[in-house]
Amino acid sequence: MNFTTFVAAMLVAIAPLGAADWTQFRGPNGDGLSSETGVPVRMESSSLTWSIALPGRGLSSPLILGDKVFVTAGSGARQDRLHVLCYRVSDGALLWERQFWATGRTMTHEKIGAATPTPASDGKAIYAIFSSNDCVALDLDGRLLWFRGLGRDYPNASNSLGMSSSLVVVDGVVVAMVENDSESFTAGLDARTGVNRWKLDRPKKANWTSPVVFKSPGQPNRVLLQSALGVTAVDPTTGKIAWDITEGASTVPSLVVNQGKLVIPANGITVVEPVPGGSKPKSVWHSAQLRPGTASPVVVGGRLLTLNDGGILTCADAQDGKRLWQLRLKGSFSATPVVAGGHLYCVSEDGRVQVVDPSKAEGVVVSELALEQTVIGTPSIAAGSLFVRSDSRLVRLGGTALR
Amino acid sequence: MARVYSVLAASWMLGAVAIDAGAAALPRKLASSVERLKAVGPEGQGNAAAQAAWNEVAKAKASQIPELLVAMDGANDYALNWMRAAIETAVQRESAAGAKLSLKSLEVLLRDTQHHPRARRLAFELIQKLDASRAQALLPEFLQDPGSELRREAVAQLMTRAAGQTNAAKATAVTTYRQALGFSREADQIEDIAKRLLDLGDKVDLAKTFGWVSKWQLIGPFDNAGEVGFAKVYPPEERLDLTAELAGKSGSVKWFPYETRSEYGLVDFNQAISSLKGVAGYATAEFWSDSARSAQVRLACKNGWKIWVNGTLVFGRDEYHRSAEIDQYRMPVSLKAGKNILLVKCTQNEQTQDWTKEWEFQLRVTDEQGTPIVSRR
Repeated sequence: MNFTTFVAAMLVAIAPLGAADWTQFRGPNGDGLSSETGVPVRMESSSLTWSIALPGRGLSSPLILGDKVFVTAGSGARQDRLHVLCYRVSDGALLWERQFWATGRTMTHEKIGAATPTPASDGKAIYAIFSSNDCVALDLDGRLLWFRGLGRDYPNASNSLGMSSSLVVVDGVVVAMVENDSESFTAGLDARTGVNRWKLDRPKKANWTSPVVFKSPGQPNRVLLQSALGVTAVDPTTGKIAWDITEGASTVPSLVVNQGKLVIPANGITVVEPVPGGSKPKSVWHSAQLRPGTASPVVVGGRLLTLNDGGILTCADAQDGKRLWQLRLKGSFSATPVVAGGHLYCVSEDGRVQVVDPSKAEGVVVSELALEQTVIGTPSIAAGSLFVRSDSRLVRLGGTALR
Repeated sequence: MARVYSVLAASWMLGAVAIDAGAAALPRKLASSVERLKAVGPEGQGNAAAQAAWNEVAKAKASQIPELLVAMDGANDYALNWMRAAIETAVQRESAAGAKLSLKSLEVLLRDTQHHPRARRLAFELIQKLDASRAQALLPEFLQDPGSELRREAVAQLMTRAAGQTNAAKATAVTTYRQALGFSREADQIEDIAKRLLDLGDKVDLAKTFGWVSKWQLIGPFDNAGEVGFAKVYPPEERLDLTAELAGKSGSVKWFPYETRSEYGLVDFNQAISSLKGVAGYATAEFWSDSARSAQVRLACKNGWKIWVNGTLVFGRDEYHRSAEIDQYRMPVSLKAGKNILLVKCTQNEQTQDWTKEWEFQLRVTDEQGTPIVSRR
């Protein structure tokens, strides 16, 4: 081993999660922001590094860890074949694939499918859940660590329109929101074995939002569960409720944490600030003018951006909610915008990648690239690239192709 | 050459013997690991022990794959997934190393319907990877397969053939589609075939094809304001007396006969009683079986519902107005020889949106593959 190799190996050893890895829905911090540099601002046809066909449909975001990109897919007439795939970032080569038979109900609205929720990773394993509430853990080389059939274990835990809540993994616990009209719960699964560390009854109301990890210096981690009733903060290791807000919240777009404050889609946008010590958060501001659609809000450079289903991007001051500008993007939207280098990457349902500079007095579309594919899922950012997962393909835009 | 042939023949025979012997043919350590995979159960039971066992099974050699597929017999749905992942991992590694799977051994297993349908399906997929044209050639053998995945693909192949005949020989295409219809057990495939036949001027009797339970006795409305009626036990749940006059939501109610004319077998309480909100209704039917047998009750409903067979609650669900599709809920039941009594409770909530009007269900009785079982009376 030469010195360079040794240093590289040490860096890998001390950094289980790469700084710019994309490890869950909306990135490493669950806020849609990436510290990645070099992602193309001017998207054009030459930005396409590679595009590969996937064996099934899906909306889940790809995860990127080092030189591996992981993605889930669902296939079969009933979406009852579940796939976890691992590709090489540099050239899109398939490294491994594992398939599973769904054990829970697979019926969904036609717009979504089995592979709607985004997996999560702690750098050691990939934890993937599907609309059928089948949950699987694989190490980064594809070795099966555990399998859970949450829809089989709890037979009324399903949603006939489909489930979409993504996973988070924190403090050795995989948090799965299985919230629906009937057997509704959120579970903390031991990341090593998949067994229940805790299981918390939740409101009997369909819920498509995803959990968010709330980290605060000197305070224990919390997982924020958003539902029609509001937001509940739980201890990820025990499932005990630390505090909750019961003024109601959206059941589709998910809250985002910005500088210690919770930006919650709730009849507009409600911003609250948790209080150290665990009591109920204090209210900061509310705006009924800011109305996210399916896409979750994002905050960049002190600006809060919401995107509705019709493509209206609204920018407000994150301090007080005052509306600054609106911009009509092309197309309809389900994907949450993601951010790198201060630019917003918005992908419409017809696969139009639109790069927006939100920092000016008015929003500006810097570039756009039509992929001409159906894209419902949120893109991911890593390796100097934007990874877009369409209904049939995984596309890498930017970065360096393997020669 | 002769020696090569004899070695191949010997290895094929050895493979066959090993398959017949099942998991016992596996080396003790590997067999023990398989047993640990098959010991997994609900709520992650056995997961910790299965993890190490999985690594052992995933190290299997190409020659051991058929035996591992056989070992899937008797596995529960959790274990089948552990086994599948291990077998695929082993196959990928062995293939990368240049080791070849025995196509013939896989075919033997595939053809033996005594083995688990999912093991056979996996065997088929391995054959597809080894020799796609061979897999296609085998498909017609599975038009009546007990495994739904193999059967579906065989029917799909027949449908493709029919589609190719449409322009040149319509009568032939109709015959081929009709054959496909006879073999198909998947609702979406049946509807697809029916649509294609209609395009060719041949109308399919969908009600007969699906075999809905169409003759019922209904009663209602009972109260479901605030959705409390789902859990409330009304008299039909305690004692089924079709002559009784019962206290309903807004006065006394009686049982009355109802026969659905819908080609989709819809039992429509709105049409039969009235378009109401916050209500519950019951439907009961006699179902006559030639013999005591296992069956499935397949129900679709976007209201709250419960179902009893011969007085035993089978399942219930309190989800409202999300969606419905044919065979949405498949519930295993045991039928008695002679008369069986089906009782369905269907609850409507108080949502007011346009898409919350339906107060209805659809039900059929089938075997495990989805072949309709029709009441003998």
